[in-house]
Amino acid sequence: MMPFTPLHAWKDQLDSGAVSAADVARLYLDRIGAYNDRLNAFVHLDAAHVLDQAAASDSHRAKHGPRPLEGLPIAIKDIFCTQDGPTQCCSPILKGFHAPYDAHVITLLKQAGAVLVGKTNMDEFAMGSSNETSMFGPARNPWDEACTPGGSSGGSASAVAAALAPAALGTDTGGSIRQPAALTGIVGMKPTYGRVSRRGIVAFASSLDQAGPMTACVRDAAMLAAAISGHDPMDATSVAGAPAVDWLAACDRRDMKGLRIGRPREYFVDGMHPGVRAAIDAALAECEKLGATIVDISLPHTEYAVAAYYVIAPSEASANLARYDGVRFGHRSENPADLFDLYTRSRDEGFGAEVKRRILTGTFALSSGYYDAYYRKAQQVRTLIRQDFLTAFETVDVIATPTSPVPAFRLGEKTDDPLTMYLSDIFTIALNLAGLPGLSQPCGFADDLPVGLQWIAPAWREDALLSAAAAFEAATDWHAKRPEGWA
Amino acid sequence: MQIDVRKVASLARIRLTDDEAEALGPQLNHILEYVDSLRKLDTSDVPPTAHPHDAAMPLRADIAANPNRREALQQPAPATESGLYVVPKVIE
Repeated sequence: MMPFTPLHAWKDQLDSGAVSAADVARLYLDRIGAYNDRLNAFVHLDAAHVLDQAAASDSHRAKHGPRPLEGLPIAIKDIFCTQDGPTQCCSPILKGFHAPYDAHVITLLKQAGAVLVGKTNMDEFAMGSSNETSMFGPARNPWDEACTPGGSSGGSASAVAAALAPAALGTDTGGSIRQPAALTGIVGMKPTYGRVSRRGIVAFASSLDQAGPMTACVRDAAMLAAAISGHDPMDATSVAGAPAVDWLAACDRRDMKGLRIGRPREYFVDGMHPGVRAAIDAALAECEKLGATIVDISLPHTEYAVAAYYVIAPSEASANLARYDGVRFGHRSENPADLFDLYTRSRDEGFGAEVKRRILTGTFALSSGYYDAYYRKAQQVRTLIRQDFLTAFETVDVIATPTSPVPAFRLGEKTDDPLTMYLSDIFTIALNLAGLPGLSQPCGFADDLPVGLQWIAPAWREDALLSAAAAFEAATDWHAKRPEGWA
Repeated sequence: MQIDVRKVASLARIRLTDDEAEALGPQLNHILEYVDSLRKLDTSDVPPTAHPHDAAMPLRADIAANPNRREALQQPAPATESGLYVVPKVIE
């Protein structure tokens, strides 16, 4: 059995009876045992529970036939509530927390027959772009262990890139699926806001958060997206009656002829790594060869996206994280003098530095006298950013950009200045503000590290992302490149 | 504009040590300076976006659906007694 086998190929082998779910589970458990000390991709693993799920899947298959993800191992970011095992969001304030219910997407994965594998490392409360704010220390990039795998879904990215799991779930508030996917040479997709239920996902910024797949190839991303999508009446932001996507058919439609690809000039800026620019230029030239037309477009408010995001996301975070009060769950300080002391010390002891920075930024932006100048202003700019995309999509079918201006950077390189770290999400954040779907796929290398190509589509048109990405993948072999030393 | 870190921390119910407050002040002001670039845009006629799809908040049918799971939901609480959460005395 080969560890670097994509999800859809495992499905074929399982369906043909060549392997069992138990065989596949043991293969990846062995790999996690062999490599996790170096990569720190998993922060929790209950091997016996994984094997139990695999055995149950094999017996379900024997009795009733296979469900869509029957026996397929999926690694789960530590942000998804699971009744089995801890859900800690890599934060001291949730240390030892056991959720009393499963996130809706976890229920859907179980119903689809998937075998859930452990909890993966992440930035504390998904606040970070390098996995360095995790209380468990950073996950590492299998392409260069001195480098970050990106963040916040760094553990999921590292696990898939080194084949410690064939696929993983991540979440994306400002790029936390796409940026780590780019930095580790895998595929990551953020669906349209409202496509996937947020219920039971530890909330960061409720108008931006969306869960999605992190996989070895485009088809696998479609398989996982198909399983987790759909209206959830218990999440008021999950959209009912959203236009449906035939996920796998979109991957089979790999024809770029006549596709109009927008190339926004604001995403090709000074300060971009020359190797990233070269890889993206080459990728777009390849798309032209495949019959696409590259159209130069402008998204004029791009330069304001990061600033708007760093008002909106911290504001929503400050409200969401008010629930950690030392009373109902999570860390509680010892011997509080009074209720105020209980709140303030529990939160001081339980939150890391970056989480405090964001809560304080958001609290300030929402405080009396500043609301209009900051929060309302940022929401108005958000409207302008949305309108930029709506205008662009009048003339193009999809937009292509780099996912990150730089390849994976060294651990510790950007931790001194929070703002420098914030700017590493410069190309991913606007999609979250506009609620649009985006997909990052490998498209080359810079300094021997993977480069990601980001596709952006109109709302509810994940099929357009998948078709373009599948066509590019079929014509190139970047997705088949593996980091050395993890055989 | 200078953020009064102590005041904001009090609003956010986070105790800060002196070292933390000293480090956070300049960092927050630096972030704020960056965010202030939004002021360059005239947005006087622009409606704010709260939800990316302008979707109306849906209402579900008013039917009781949740079973009583108090025990399971209180299980993660640091301190409970007779089904209640225990906090320091708040009434003299």
